[in-house]
Formats: sequence, structure tokens, C-alpha cells
Amino acid sequence: MTTLDLTEATRRPFTGRRVRFGDVSLQVVAGTAAAAATVLVGLIVWKVIDGARPAIAHYGIAFVTRIAWNPVLGHEVYGAGSFLFGTAITSLFALLLAAPLAMGIALFLSELSPRWLRAPVTALVETLAAVPSVVIGLWGILVLGPALRTHIESWLHSGLGFIPLFGTPSPAGASIFTAIIVLTIMILPIVSSISRELFLGVPHELKEGALALGTTRWEMVKGVVFPYSRGGIAAALILGLGRALGEAIAVTQVIGGGVFIHWSIFDGGDTLASKIAASYQGSSTNLQTASLVYLALILLVFSLAANLSAQLIVRRVARKHGITRGGHA
Amino acid sequence: MSAQGLTGPGIRIDRLPRRRRVNRMMELLAWIAAAIAIAILAIVVYSVARRGASELNLNLLTKDPIPFSFGNQPQGLANAFVGTLVIVGVAIVMALPVGILVAIYLNEFAPASIRNSVSMVLDILNGVPAIVIGIFVYGLVVVGHGQSALAGSFALACLMLPLVARATMEVLALVPNSLREAGLGLGIPRWRTTLSIVLPQTVGGIVTGTVLAVARVAGETAPLLFTTSFVGTQTHWDPHHALQSVPVAIFELSESADPQDHARAWAAALVLLIFILVASLGARWLATRSRAKMLAR
Amino acid sequence: MSTTIEPTVRVETARRQPMPPRERLETIFHVEGLDAIYSGKTAVKGVTMEIYKNLVTAIIGPSGCGKSTYIRCFNRMNDLIPGFTQTGTIRYHGEDICGSNVDPVAVRRNIGMVFQRPNPFPKSIHDNVAWGLKVLGMKDNLDERVERALTRAALWDEVKDRLKASALSLSGGQQQRLCIARAIAVEPDVVLMDEPASALDPIATQAIEQLMHDLKSEYTFVIVTHNMQQAARVADMTAFFSISQGEEGRRWGELIEYDATERIFTAPSDKRTEDYVTGRFG
Repeated sequence: MTTLDLTEATRRPFTGRRVRFGDVSLQVVAGTAAAAATVLVGLIVWKVIDGARPAIAHYGIAFVTRIAWNPVLGHEVYGAGSFLFGTAITSLFALLLAAPLAMGIALFLSELSPRWLRAPVTALVETLAAVPSVVIGLWGILVLGPALRTHIESWLHSGLGFIPLFGTPSPAGASIFTAIIVLTIMILPIVSSISRELFLGVPHELKEGALALGTTRWEMVKGVVFPYSRGGIAAALILGLGRALGEAIAVTQVIGGGVFIHWSIFDGGDTLASKIAASYQGSSTNLQTASLVYLALILLVFSLAANLSAQLIVRRVARKHGITRGGHA
Repeated sequence: MSAQGLTGPGIRIDRLPRRRRVNRMMELLAWIAAAIAIAILAIVVYSVARRGASELNLNLLTKDPIPFSFGNQPQGLANAFVGTLVIVGVAIVMALPVGILVAIYLNEFAPASIRNSVSMVLDILNGVPAIVIGIFVYGLVVVGHGQSALAGSFALACLMLPLVARATMEVLALVPNSLREAGLGLGIPRWRTTLSIVLPQTVGGIVTGTVLAVARVAGETAPLLFTTSFVGTQTHWDPHHALQSVPVAIFELSESADPQDHARAWAAALVLLIFILVASLGARWLATRSRAKMLAR
Repeated sequence: MSTTIEPTVRVETARRQPMPPRERLETIFHVEGLDAIYSGKTAVKGVTMEIYKNLVTAIIGPSGCGKSTYIRCFNRMNDLIPGFTQTGTIRYHGEDICGSNVDPVAVRRNIGMVFQRPNPFPKSIHDNVAWGLKVLGMKDNLDERVERALTRAALWDEVKDRLKASALSLSGGQQQRLCIARAIAVEPDVVLMDEPASALDPIATQAIEQLMHDLKSEYTFVIVTHNMQQAARVADMTAFFSISQGEEGRRWGELIEYDATERIFTAPSDKRTEDYVTGRFG
């Protein structure tokens, strides 16, 4: 008959320090990291506001709509108007072009493609997202821009040149139009990959129920898949828009620069982000620097708005479909 | 699948030919959309590969740029490659520990409300445009102390942090609770269980997440423009200096009028692209493998 | 062979209309040597039978005998499952529904289906019924058609005041009746039902059975059920499937016996049928 050796157990006291030093330390250190991350975001917002303060003080809110940017000493005047316009035009048109393409890709990958093609094509589309913006911009300046100019811009101008939208093509192909195409390419992967996941998540029974009535696949997609994914698609589009808003490098490489608003999309221009990037080599005065940071502030506000609304939609959709985030605390 | 069959009493066809045509057209459009996406990728990669390969040689990595040369002396972008190495390296050192700790806190200690809020904060951080991060670090550090690779690293670390934290959180969540309970049941304190038992299970996922984050920030130009772009042509290793980086070098060369500069830009872009693609695809492949392993357990 | 047995189920012959004599029955489906195979594994083997117009045909049998797989062959729903193949033929009004020139969309237009678990669309009650009508070009008198379908599904009174409400706000039994309304609104020729009442309470079940009884003259019903009493109540013809075993532990479903419901339950020819209906197994 063996007896349990209880000496070890009795030697280790049950009562003792209720809270271990090690546990507290880890929690404190890890908690500090989490707090630091939160503080970081606040710090970013604060620092940007702080940097813009001289310009805010000087121009107030009128800055936002003023169409001007003249760094010449003695005639200095700055305003965000034309860049806001450039941002709006490029981002919205890019979204307009990217949305149907992204939906098509997502439908292809979720409904139409043969099984063996699914994984490779998905990987390829995600790879497009991995290409750095400076490389897309390089390709944009040296390959896409000239090609667009030769083939599309001249053709559109000669045919439809009476429409002010299609003015004289710029010499090197650097234009708002090229920037729109570049942005479309850059936001395509994110919108399509979110949409693809949404479409794959539509319950099979719903799709079967529609098909069993004798509808075609497209009718089923239109009647069941799209309505079911409606919220998620909205979030995907907003995230794409946010990405387009913030893209500075590729846009500044291909957009040609310009302060005034033109009708023709074949002219140059600037967006908020591209103007900031274009000015990196330094400003002559404090006011100019502060104005640049003011541009960054406006950009930050729009990005945060897009990001937060997308998050809101995602949370609401997740709640509707009963998905929650994990954790083991 | 055109339609003859199915005639007979009570059989209705109901504008089916027209609906079938519409269906066909939509399917075609979807195929075309996918083809366009692949074509774009192919064209971009092909352009970079073709134009970059011709200029690709060892000089690119070993020789410094020579300003105002007339194209005869061998030159390269050594300063940029070394600079990127240093900048990204320091960024990893800055972001990785913090990211892991944040994930540990959120997954192991935080109540649901804090977890959700901080997760949201991380998502917000992820959504701040890189150029704004650049301006932020400019205002925080550069204004007082001038440009430096450290400042650039800090900017990149801000971009990496949400990616590393999220990746770590995902793998931490995959570790079965039974493992934690086993540790605690043996009398091992919480902190020890987390660090010695749970965390080692996640190493694969953390590595994958870090590699993906590195692939992402290695190509980032905007955060470096304001923090580490006023550079000379010499190669330095000291992060207190402003160092050249590959993306900034490509950016500057792309805006130049000199075709020689363009050639070097393509070559550098090729190297950068190869690195990023190998890192991204490799990490994803590793991730699917290790996730399959974890779930099979 | 004609020894009568004591079934566990009483066939309610009194309440239902007698089946027309065999000669006057019109064949709507002729199944010949049907094998249904999932990724190389045979689920159902060698089924040959005829399904008659304007009758309710029940398919009964123990779980795992491939009843659902079998019924899904009739409207080519198995096409949606990767790795599925089928040999043998199902002829619908003489035409092979898997023929190379046959569009599954046309098949499903004529042969509707109600699934085991209710699957209403995330739309309003009205739109659930109306959507199919609109897409299939039956837009005339839309509201009347919707009302008629809901009435026949014994749902109209319960929802007539809240047609705009979401279908998901209905109870399980109501959702299933909505799915039935949706299926019959587009006036198919045949309605396939895969265990439609298995998730429902007795009252909802009774409503569905009554519906089949009432609408039999316009539609043909084929219903899969694991509930023998239901088959006895509702079906004119009953097909009994069971599981057969082969070498290497392979199992598949087979049609054992197919006859008028009364015979199946009172004087089955096959011992396996008798064992099943008397509750000795299954």
C-alpha cells in the first residue's frame, strides 16, 4: 500500500502573497505597452494640430476652401482648396473605377472560378497590394503615363475634346487622369479581397434557396449575395476610399503638380497627400511649414472619418451575423 | 449550356433565353475583371523586371552614387541599401517588443471592453496615412534634433506596430485555453505560464507577422521623406545620421530627367520588389502551413 | 406475400382521397438505374422507379440511406456540390434532366424545392415571395399572387398586417411556411420537399400536410421524411430506402420497395420494409 507523499504539498503554503510580483509586473509592462499605443494615436493628432497651429491662427477655417499656394516671399498665401478638390476628384473617380472591377474579381473568386484557379488568382490579387507605391509610381511616370497619353488621352481629346473634361494632354503623361488610374490600381486589391470574403460568407442555404426557384446565377447574386453583403461592401468601399485619400507617393510621382483647379483631367494638379510629399525638400518659411501641416491635419481628419465609419459598419455587420472577437482574459 | 430540352405540358421557359444571355454577360465581365487584375500585376512586374534586370549588377549594392558623374564611373546605391537595412532593423527593434506586449495584454489580461477599445485604436493607427505619420515624427523629433535614421525608424515602427500586434493577437487566440490551464494547474504563476508556455507556441505566427510587416514598411517612402531624406552619397551605418533608403532613392531617381537615373531606379525597384514578394509570399505560405499544424493538433 | 402485418403506423385511408387506378396514373418522373456519387463514394445506387403526377410520393428510410441526396437529383441541386457525379437517368416528361442540352435553371424553374431548415431571404415577408415572381417574369398581379401563395401556405392570416416586416422576425414554423409560399408562388410543376417539417412543431407540421393534400391536384409532391406517421398520413405512394453494405465496409442507399402507401405499411413485400415499418429497426 503506497501512501501519498504530501510533504511537498504541505511545504508550499496555500496562503501567501495573494498577488505575485511577476504577474503584476507582466500585467503592468504589457498594459503600459497597450497604453502607449493608445497614447501614440492621441500624440499623433495633437502633434499635427500643434504643427498646424501657426497656419490655423493665421488663416482660420478659410484655409480649407482657399484656392492658392504661393510661397514667394512677400506674396505668401496658402490654402487647401485646390488640393481638397484634387483629392476629391482623384479618390472618388478611382473608387468609381475600382468598385465594379473589385466586385467582378470578388464574384469571380467566390462563385465562378474553377476550384484549382481560386487560390492562385487570390494570391496574385493580394500580391498587387504588396507592390510598394514608389514602384507603382515609377512605373506610372515612365510607362503608364506616356502610354495613357499616347493611346487614350490623345484619342479622347481628338474625339471628345469639345468637352472641357478632355483638354490637351500633358506632354509627359503626368496628369490627374494618370493619378486616377494609378489610385484605381492601388485600391483594387483591398476592396476586392474584403468583398471576396463577404461573398464567401453568404450562407449556402440562402444561395440554394434562390437557385431552387429557377433563377440564374447572376440573378441569385443580385438578389441574395449583394443584399446580404451590403454593409460589408460599404465598409470595403470606405476603406478603399481611405487608402486613396492617403496615398501620397505614387500620386505625387504621376500627377504633375499644379495649384489651380482645371476642368481638364489631363492637366496636372495635386492632392492633399501629394502636395505634402512634393514639398518634402523644405519650406522657406514657418508659415509654409505650418500650412503644409495644416494640409496634413485636414487629410488626417478625413482619413480618421473614413476609418472610423468603416469600423462602425464592420462592427454592426459582425454583430448582425453573430461574430465576435476572441480573447482569453 | 444552351437550351433546347425540357419541352412538354406544363413546362415554361419564361424569357429564359434573355435571362441566360444576361447571366452569360455578367459571368464574362467577372472573368474579364479578374483577367485585368492579373494583367496589371503582370505588366508592372514585367516592366520592373525587364528594365531593372539590364542595370542590375553587383555595383548597385556595393558602390555609392556619384553625383554629377557622366555615366562612366561605376556607381550604385549602396548607401540606400545599407540605409534601408539599418532603418528597418531599428524599426523592428522598436516595434516588435511593444507589439508583442500589447497583444499579450489584450489577449491575456484585458477585459473585453478594453480589448475592444484598444483594438479599435490599433485599427485607427493602421489607417493613419503614412505621410501623416511622417509629418508627425517630423514635428516630434526632427524639428528639434534634425533628421536621423532613428526618426525614420520610429515612423516605420508606428506603421509596423498594429500589424505585429494584430498578428500576435491572432496566434495567441489560437493557443488552446487548456494549455494555459495546464500551466496554472501545475502551480506555475500566470506570468511564467504566459511567457514560457503560451508565448513559445506563437513564435511561428509572430515571425510571420513580423516578416509581413517588414515587407510592408520596407517599401514605404512617405514616412522617410520628412525624417531621413537629406542625405549624402556616402554609406553610413550610424542610425543617428540621416541615412538614404531604397524607396526614397527610387523616388528621387524617378523624378530626375536623366535616363541613367531611371535605369538605376528600375534596378533598385527590382531588388526591392523581389525582396518584398519573396518575403510576403514566403510568410503567407509559412502561415498557412503553421495554422494547419495548429488546428490539426 | 400478402400476409398482413401489424405496423406501428396506422394508415388513415378514411380521410384521404383514394388514389386513381394504376392505368390512369401519369408518369412524371422515370428514374432508371440512378447512382449518385460524392467524390467517388456512392451514396445511392441503382434506383429505378416512376413518380406519378398529382400524387404525393414519400421517400422514407433510416438516416444515412441517401434520401436527401436522391431527392436533390431531381432538381439538379447536387450540381452545386463539388465532386458530385451521377449515372443513370431521370426522365422528366420523357426528357433526361441531365442531358447535355438541358439548362439546370430550366429544370429548377419547373421543379421547386423546400429545404429541411427554413432559409428565407433577408428581405421582407412580401419580398421573399415577390422576388422570385419578379425575376421569373410573373409581375402581373404581383400582390394577388403573393397573397394567394401565402394563403395556400396557411400563412396569410398571420402575416397580412406585417408584410413589410423582415422575414427573419417570423418563428421557425412560419419561416418554413413562407419558404413553401415562395416555392409555390412561381407555380412549378413539381414541389420537392426535403424533410420540411423536421424542425417544426406539430401544428405547423399539420398545416404543411394539409397544404400538400389540398394542392395535390395542381402540383406533384415528392417528400422525404423520416417520420413514418407523416408518410402514412400524407403520401399516396411511398418509397422505402435502406442502407446496403458491400465489401470493404462500403455502404450505400438503395430503393428497397416502392408501392402504394397502404401496401407498404400493411403488406410490404420485402422483409426489410416490414422490419422498418414495424419498428424492428431504423
